Amino acid sequence: MAMTDVKWTADQPIVSLKDVRKSYGSVPVLNGISLDIMKGEVICIIGPSGSGKSTLIRCINALNDIQGGSILVEGLEVHDPKLDKLALRKKVGMVFQQYNLFPHKTALQNVMMAPVKVLKENPAEVEKRARELIRKVRLEGKENSYPGELSGGQQQRVAIARSLAMRPDIMLFDEVTAALDPETVKEVLVTIKDLAAEGMTCILVTHEMGFAREVADHIYFTDKGVIVEHGPPAGFFANPTDPRTRQFLSQVL
Amino acid sequence: MWLRPIPEPDARVPGHMDVLLPRRSHQPPALNWREALFNPLTLTLVFAALIASVIGTAWAQDGTPGQASIPSVLLKWTPLLAQGFGYNILISVLSMAVGTLLGVLLGILQVSPVFVIRKFAWLVTQFFRNAPWLVLLFYAILLIPFQVTIFGVTMPFPGWLKAVIGLSLPVMAYMSEYVRGAIQSVPSGQWESAESLGFSRGQTMRMVILPQTVKRILPNWMNLYAVLTMATPLVSIIGVDDIMGYTRSALSAEGRPDVLIPMYLYVLCWFFIYCYPISLMTSRLERRYSVKL
Repeated sequence: MAMTDVKWTADQPIVSLKDVRKSYGSVPVLNGISLDIMKGEVICIIGPSGSGKSTLIRCINALNDIQGGSILVEGLEVHDPKLDKLALRKKVGMVFQQYNLFPHKTALQNVMMAPVKVLKENPAEVEKRARELIRKVRLEGKENSYPGELSGGQQQRVAIARSLAMRPDIMLFDEVTAALDPETVKEVLVTIKDLAAEGMTCILVTHEMGFAREVADHIYFTDKGVIVEHGPPAGFFANPTDPRTRQFLSQVL
Repeated sequence: MWLRPIPEPDARVPGHMDVLLPRRSHQPPALNWREALFNPLTLTLVFAALIASVIGTAWAQDGTPGQASIPSVLLKWTPLLAQGFGYNILISVLSMAVGTLLGVLLGILQVSPVFVIRKFAWLVTQFFRNAPWLVLLFYAILLIPFQVTIFGVTMPFPGWLKAVIGLSLPVMAYMSEYVRGAIQSVPSGQWESAESLGFSRGQTMRMVILPQTVKRILPNWMNLYAVLTMATPLVSIIGVDDIMGYTRSALSAEGRPDVLIPMYLYVLCWFFIYCYPISLMTSRLERRYSVKL
């Protein structure tokens, strides 16, 4: 067990960003983002495209590196060069816009692969858990289907089950409904809502304002790499204070 | 026979737009085995070759009674030629095996995150890909000693083994390029999702990326094998036993100039019959995989 595990206690923020800065070459993307997320919280990050939302959550599980500031996940310094990446990835699950299922594996194999190959868990136990997860995302009967045989919404739910199979404490959702048909968006959102209701810490980048208002404990509005405004959804949507927030909301609502 | 008219836009289907149909839909449908092997083109070629031998015989035999007919000469030498062709197959299979193994490794190194390794693999690939096969064969013969001593045991290093090494080098280089291209064609999202699930780079490559490249590499790989097989007669130039060398021996034993052309035609037929099904299968695979996205 790493020393950092001991330091973190549940009354501290489970994810803590301090003055995070990142640029792609000379283009700044994140210009000093600070936010704290408590265990069990659901937060939504909204904002115009190109405002750095996706980059922000990709930084949280070290898919992107940062140039300044710090990100702590359960006391782990994410951008410490000596970081045990596997320790971080066990804590943080991520779901992508394009599902990114492994096309050569069935739904069940997709869900089982990481626990068996990465965590070296007993395949029989993992299979039991994987089947439960597939039931949980309402895909019983699709265990042996290949991703190519599933609809977008079904693939995305397999992707969620695949992430959950690693038993993460935090789930990141990067515009997970953006590539879906309007009819299938709902089935994915219901799955996420179930998760949130169970107390999973969720960080979502989304364009679904209605959904954000319904499930989020806290909304962050980002523009040009900074958090412009944040607050609980009721107040945020009813009385946005910043003119940029107002303009954005008037366009998307 | 091969061409089908481009279908007219179907007015009965709402929203039907011909423009959106994939271009491949106008290509001939996949042939089944029987059609593929016994289509007029194939049969014409094979029979033309055989008839040419027979007619050539009759023509050349004019005024030379008492000589064995050319078909019987060909038949007489067939066991020897078959043995020679066996060497060609053996050399091609072994070169392919060695070249594929090394080529996959080299291809993986070509996408290494380490700059020096990546560039080194690139250089090796380009060097052998742009080298004439015959020159590589000469180098294999000249540079590899004719016997090696391992743990005090001296073993001969036969010429055919050197030929295998020489031919496996270009195979390696071509495979390296196929593997690199196929790896890079896998969407980056596959790497990212594997990474976020805790897979190491090596695990991702082995369990996620490489299995997805097989489909893409397979047609190229089979085509490469056919090309390699057709290049194996080069080994006769460096003195390794093969069908070409045996043909030359047979011809000098017969000492009949009129057998020359029929016999080489006969050898061509052997290669054609071996390589043509491979290239047919390749194009079938290509057609099947090119439609699926």
